[in-house]
Amino acid sequence: MTAQPGDERMWTARLRRRAVDTLPPDKLLPDRQPAYVASWIYVFGVATLAALLVVLASGGVLALFGPQWYHTSTVGRFVNSLHLWSVELFFFAMVVHLWGKFFMAAWRGRRAMTWITGAIAFLGSIATAFTGYVLQSNFDSQWISTQAKDGLNSVGIGAWFNVLDYGQMLMFHIALLPAVLGFIVVWHVLLVRRRGVVPPYATDAEILDTAPDAEATAPEPTAPAPTEAARSDEVAS
Amino acid sequence: MTRPTRRQREAFYARPWAGPTRRYDIVKEFVIALVVMALLTTGLAILFGSPDRKAITLQDWAKQAPADFVATTVAELDGTSGTATYGAPYTHDPSAGQKLLSLPLQRWGGVTEPIDASQVFVLGPLSTSSDPAISGPLSTYRAAGADQQSSWASKYGDALAKAPDGDPAKVTAGDYGPVPALANGLLTMAEQGGLDGLIQEQGGFYQTNYSRSLLFLADGSYLEAQARGENLGGDQWGMMNETGRYPGQAWLWLYTFWYQVKPFSTSDNADALVWGLMMVLSAALVLLPFIPGLRALPRRLGVYRLIWREHYRNAY
Repeated sequence: MTAQPGDERMWTARLRRRAVDTLPPDKLLPDRQPAYVASWIYVFGVATLAALLVVLASGGVLALFGPQWYHTSTVGRFVNSLHLWSVELFFFAMVVHLWGKFFMAAWRGRRAMTWITGAIAFLGSIATAFTGYVLQSNFDSQWISTQAKDGLNSVGIGAWFNVLDYGQMLMFHIALLPAVLGFIVVWHVLLVRRRGVVPPYATDAEILDTAPDAEATAPEPTAPAPTEAARSDEVAS
Repeated sequence: MTRPTRRQREAFYARPWAGPTRRYDIVKEFVIALVVMALLTTGLAILFGSPDRKAITLQDWAKQAPADFVATTVAELDGTSGTATYGAPYTHDPSAGQKLLSLPLQRWGGVTEPIDASQVFVLGPLSTSSDPAISGPLSTYRAAGADQQSSWASKYGDALAKAPDGDPAKVTAGDYGPVPALANGLLTMAEQGGLDGLIQEQGGFYQTNYSRSLLFLADGSYLEAQARGENLGGDQWGMMNETGRYPGQAWLWLYTFWYQVKPFSTSDNADALVWGLMMVLSAALVLLPFIPGLRALPRRLGVYRLIWREHYRNAY
């Protein structure tokens, strides 16, 4: 196939160009990363994603057989247990990941939206998990839903989000919230790939050395790696 | 020494990394993480399983705690039950409902699940009975005026509260009209297992909304007593726990925490206050990068030195 003059103005071509410019393949699926990414804390981001896939897979099997299946089938009960423990692991990994990113101030360097999408994904996950807990159709769900209704009703949310309405909660749990959460998680991961992992704190001197005003007198801008002149107590936000 | 401006700092940290790099197989890392998580999940599921205590039916309630069932039935009739006095979204009562900083958000939400407690929970189900022991008293009750109905129910409710163990059989004689017969009729219906369906089916053949059954059940004290027995009470961090020794929704610890301390634990507006506070805290979490002071906290805490210790060791 040969490109014809004017092809580049097509919407499809423009969208492809925009996508590739924003996230070139070597950024989307990198094979090198900064040397400072060398801590176990970095494992918890991918662990969160992996646990989410196990949550979705086990939840998908439960959805195949219906919400009452796990009460009457040994296999169903086991799949329900898989779903429960994958959610526990998902939250454990996500909370560690969140704290890690907080301690790194991972919003630095125009990465605020990465933090925001991550925080919204965390809150959205809480809402999604909660709808799962009120769907258990057992004593736990009876108690949790009748208790939780008061909080939701007290601020007017309960008027349209009725935790006692099993059908509504089922739709939220298996369709609406996972779709929204999935979108936010994908957005979050693409932002991580686009912006890269936040670099370590640098000193004021290092930052000023590379600032545009300073570049006129410093013709060879240095890499963000700190110099020997820096002391840890001078490290700046 | 001149300090960098915020813009300069942001530009610095946003630059593509030009320092040393290392090999990174992102696909392999993800596959390994997936396998590890799948194995961990399977191991935990095999070892611990999951809780599944059977739901309480209205029949269970009536059989296990008949006195509580009868007292709740009478409270539905005299309009003093939790549901009857709730306000939005169940009843039209402008004076009911919690407020957040004087804002009646609960009332503003509107009545979207209207419930006439006496009709839905008591009179409606009783009207399906052809038993003369029920239909007779029901006719008498319906023929009476609202004040008379209320008077009978209130007096019987007071008498039940004074009776030993709330036992209807030990209530002193009084002018209770047909109310004792109605309460006993509903109890018999529930004990025989018919009430669950009668309350649920009032919305039609196909039903996925359990609001009515759950609200009636929660109006009694039997459900709460069972929950407290499982350490699930509101003052036992109940919202985040579940039956048995399972971790439950541990991530709700902060939300549940507020209910354990004053002023929330003693406020009539506790739910609204806790929700308001959690909304503010959630917004702060999301907008952390823009909040002066908080966004600088990680630098002050210094945990980053541990995370990037190798980087700083090599660099300095």
